Amino acid sequence: MTEFIAMGGYAFYVWTSVAVFFGVLAAEALAPLAQRRRVLSEIRGRLQRRAARAQPPRGEAP
Amino acid sequence: MNILLLWFHKLGSPPTFYRLAGLLLPWCYGIGLVLGLVALYGGLVLAPRDYQQGDAYRIIFVHVPTAWMSLFAYAFMAANAFIALVWHIKLSEILAIASAPIGAAFTLIALVTGALWGKPMWGTWWTWDARLTSELVLLFLYLGVIGLNAAIEDRRQAARAAGFLALVGIVNLPIVHFSVNWWNTLHQGSTVRLMGPSKIDAAMVWPLLLMALATHIWFFGSVLMRARIALLQLEGGKDWVRRVALDEGAGND
Repeated sequence: MTEFIAMGGYAFYVWTSVAVFFGVLAAEALAPLAQRRRVLSEIRGRLQRRAARAQPPRGEAP
Repeated sequence: MNILLLWFHKLGSPPTFYRLAGLLLPWCYGIGLVLGLVALYGGLVLAPRDYQQGDAYRIIFVHVPTAWMSLFAYAFMAANAFIALVWHIKLSEILAIASAPIGAAFTLIALVTGALWGKPMWGTWWTWDARLTSELVLLFLYLGVIGLNAAIEDRRQAARAAGFLALVGIVNLPIVHFSVNWWNTLHQGSTVRLMGPSKIDAAMVWPLLLMALATHIWFFGSVLMRARIALLQLEGGKDWVRRVALDEGAGND
């Protein structure tokens, strides 16, 4: 196990590479989650503002 | 209209694509992650030590698949940009723009892990070698596409401008790929080859290929994820988006 972690003396280079691999991919995958929440709440805000105007939205099919 | 064309049109319709992408993407992320972990186990634990580079060579298992992905993502982006520019297909615009940040992420990993591999093996983090320089240009191309897309207000126009840049930048792909053959510099030649035998042991090659598969699947999961959000943004006023927004609002936040 210690030998595995030591990576023949190249531990720093090998494990940093693996960490960069996981770190960047995780950031890349998590970033859209926040964006998705923001987009959906923007859309909901727009819908609420429209409803608050208490007027049937114009230009829609009867 | 024949059945294939009909199916294609249905798939291209935003609500259908949104729904199907939502079904597919957890599988892409899940399978990508599992295969990636198995590949890393194979690469870091099972594969034998390299007789020349010792254990440092194990960086190959993250470096080479991500470098392949940096090219694959660009080709995917450019192909979609081409379809978007010629046939004005909205979904292709979205897929092209969605793949840019993912490609940039893979390019960044390839560059950083390359530096981490270069330091112990070549004695330097960076050199203006043809392969390294063209890969850096690739990163700048991705950033250019992302930046140009973000700089223009109108979503459709932004996607077209960014798509055009993506198409122009495609000249860099063969330069990256063949740089190790065209210029004889520090970066080593291809280890795994489609044509002819690979210059690597079988115990080393399967984790490498499995990681390549894992990153491809992960890439598609990420593309679907980002494309769904872009669709919500682009179709903000439509009924189906309203339903999605209200359904999610009733759920958690």
